[in-house]
Amino acid sequence: MLDAAPSKKPLVEVRDLKMHFPIYAGLLRRRVGEVKAVDGVSFDIMEGETLGLVGESGCGKSTCGRAVLRLYDLTSGSIRLEGKEIGPTPQAALRDMRPRMQMVFQDPQASLNPRMTVQAIIQEPLDEHTTLSTKEKQQKVYELMDAVGLNRRFAGRYPHAFSGGQRQRIGIARALALNPKFIVCDEPIAALDVSIQAQVVNLLEDLQEQFGLTYLFISHDLSMVRHIATRVAVMYLGKIVELAPREALYSAPLHPYTEALLSAVPEPDPSLEAKVERIILQGDVPSPANPPKGCNFCTRCPKVMDICREVEPETREVRPGHFAACHLHEITSQTAGKTAAQKEANERQHGE
Amino acid sequence: MTETTQSQSTIPVRNQWWDVWDQFKTHRGAVIGGAFLIFITLFVLLGPYLWQVDAQKLDIRNKDMRPFYIGLFADVKWSWSRPLGTDHLGRDIMANLIQGGQISMAVGWTAMILSLFLGTLIGVLAGFFKRLDGILMRFTDLVLSLPLLPILLVMMLLFRDPLRAAFGPETGIFILIVSGIGITSWMHTARIVRGDILAIKEREFVLAARSIGTPPRRMITRHLLPNVMSPIMVSATLGLASAIITESALSFLGLGFPSDFPTWGKILFDSVDRMAAFPERVIWPGLCISLTVLSVNYIGDGLRDALDPRIRGL
Repeated sequence: MLDAAPSKKPLVEVRDLKMHFPIYAGLLRRRVGEVKAVDGVSFDIMEGETLGLVGESGCGKSTCGRAVLRLYDLTSGSIRLEGKEIGPTPQAALRDMRPRMQMVFQDPQASLNPRMTVQAIIQEPLDEHTTLSTKEKQQKVYELMDAVGLNRRFAGRYPHAFSGGQRQRIGIARALALNPKFIVCDEPIAALDVSIQAQVVNLLEDLQEQFGLTYLFISHDLSMVRHIATRVAVMYLGKIVELAPREALYSAPLHPYTEALLSAVPEPDPSLEAKVERIILQGDVPSPANPPKGCNFCTRCPKVMDICREVEPETREVRPGHFAACHLHEITSQTAGKTAAQKEANERQHGE
Repeated sequence: MTETTQSQSTIPVRNQWWDVWDQFKTHRGAVIGGAFLIFITLFVLLGPYLWQVDAQKLDIRNKDMRPFYIGLFADVKWSWSRPLGTDHLGRDIMANLIQGGQISMAVGWTAMILSLFLGTLIGVLAGFFKRLDGILMRFTDLVLSLPLLPILLVMMLLFRDPLRAAFGPETGIFILIVSGIGITSWMHTARIVRGDILAIKEREFVLAARSIGTPPRRMITRHLLPNVMSPIMVSATLGLASAIITESALSFLGLGFPSDFPTWGKILFDSVDRMAAFPERVIWPGLCISLTVLSVNYIGDGLRDALDPRIRGL
C-alpha cells in the first residue's frame, strides 16, 4: 500500500530496481567492481499524479529515471507499466511500448539533433510509430507546437536558433507526439533561467491537465518539486530514503537526510532567513562503488546510532502513506526492541 | 476555423537546399574552386571534340617542340598546331593532357568514393556496435600497417591478366587500379568516423531517439551520419588528391595503365628525366593535378560550412 489515495491504481510499479555499472580495471580489463547507481529502489506512480524524485548530484536520480524507461538494460528488478512487465524485456521488444512512455531531457541543447529542423525533430516519433501521410504529420506537428506554445512559423528552423526555454518546449512537444501516458522529466528545468523555469513548469502542469499525463519529475530543486509534485521521493546514494505525500514530507520529514536537505532550501524572507537553522552535513557522499556497511547515510548522519553502521534499515510505513528507511523510526515506533523490530521489518517488506 | 488552420498550416517552407546554396555562395574559395572544377571537367570531357588531335600519334619529325609562349619570344622549334608543344616522340601535349585528365579524374573520383564508402561503413559499424569495435579496428590497424605500394604491386601482378581477360585491357586495368587504391586508403576515414561516432553516440539526442524507439539502422542514417558529415567531407577532398597521386605513382612504376594510355601522373613522370630542358612537360600536368585537388579541397570546405545549420545561421 504505497498509495495515499487508494481509489487510483498505479500506472508504474517499480520493485527492487537495481542498475549497476561495471568497473573494468587493470591490464586485462577485468571487472573489479560496480558502481551501484541505483540499488534496490521501489515505488509506485499513480495515474495522473506527479512523483517528484529529489536528491543531490550523483545520487542516481537520472539513472533511475532512465532505467524506468528501460534506456538501460537493468541489473535486476521489475518495472510494470500499466500492468505490463517491462523489466527484463529485450530492447527490440520494447519498441511497441515506447509510445506509452516518453522522456524530457535535462539539457535541451544536447537532446535535440543540431542537423534536424524542428519539424523533423517533433515528427520523428510519428515517423517511427505511425503511418500518417506527410500532410497529416505536418498538421500534427503544428498542433503539438501550438500545445507547447511555439510559433508555427518556426517549424523549418534548426535548434540552435532557439533559446533554452524554446528548445525545452521542442523537447516536450517531441515527448508528447505519441500521446504517452507516462513522461519522465529528467531535470527539465535545471538548465534554464529562473524566469523560464516557471514557464516550463507551468506548461508541464497545463499539459498534464490537458492530456492526463503522469510524471516522474526528477529535480534537485526542492521548491520546484514542492510546486509540481503530488508525492515526493528522496534519494540518497542509489536508494530511496523517504517517500511521502508532498505536504507531509515538507512539514514533517522523517529521515535525517531529508531534514538536512530541506533545511538547505533558501528562505526568501530575510527576517525568517536569520532564524533558519541549517543542518550542515559533514563529509562527502561515499562512492557508490563502495557504499558503507549498514545504512548508506551512516557516514554523515547527525543522528547516527550503532545499529546504523551494522544493519541496513528497511523501508517502512511510519505514517499512512509516509515511508522512510531509517532505524530511528523503528525504535520510536516499536518499543519491543531492536531484534523484534528487525524481525518484523523483514516480514513486512514495504509495498504490499 | 478550418480556414484559419488551413492558412496557418500552409506556411511555405523554403527548401533547405536553397539555404545550403546561399551559404555556399558566400564562401569565395569554394565558388572559385567549383568554377575551376567545372572548367577542368568540361576541358577533359569536351576537349577531344574541340581539339581533334590524336594523342597517341607519333610524329618523330616534330618531336621536342616548345609551347607557344616560349616560341613567341625565343628562337626555338614551335608551332601553333602544337600550342603546348610535343614530347620526345612527337606526341601532342595538349591532347595528352585532355585524354590523361579523363583517366585521372575518373580514377580519382571512383577510388575516392570507394574508399570513402568503405571507411565510413567500417567506421560507423565499429563506432556504433561495441561488439564489432575491437575486431574492426584491429583489422584497420592491420591494413594500415601493410606497406601500400608493394601490396598494390602484388595486386597488379596477380589480378591484371584475369581482369584484362574479363573486361578488356582498359576497363580491366581501371577496375584494378580503382579497387586497389580504394581498398588501401579507407583506414584514416574509418578511424576518424569511428572517433566521431563514439562521441556523438553519447549525446543526449541519441538517447532521446532510443527512447522514441528508433532502430539502430535509422539511428545511424538519421542522427549519426549527418553529424559526421564534416570529417567525411574533409577526408573526401584529401582522398581525391591522394588517389590521383597514387595512380601517378603506379603509372611511374610501370604498373598502372599501359604505356599508350596517358594519365596526368604518367605524363608527369615520363617527363621528369628531362625536366630541366623541357619544364613545361612537368608544369602542365602538375598544375592540372594540383589545381584540381586544390579546387576540390575548397569545395569540400565550402560544402562543410554550407551543410552545417549552425554556420549557415538559420
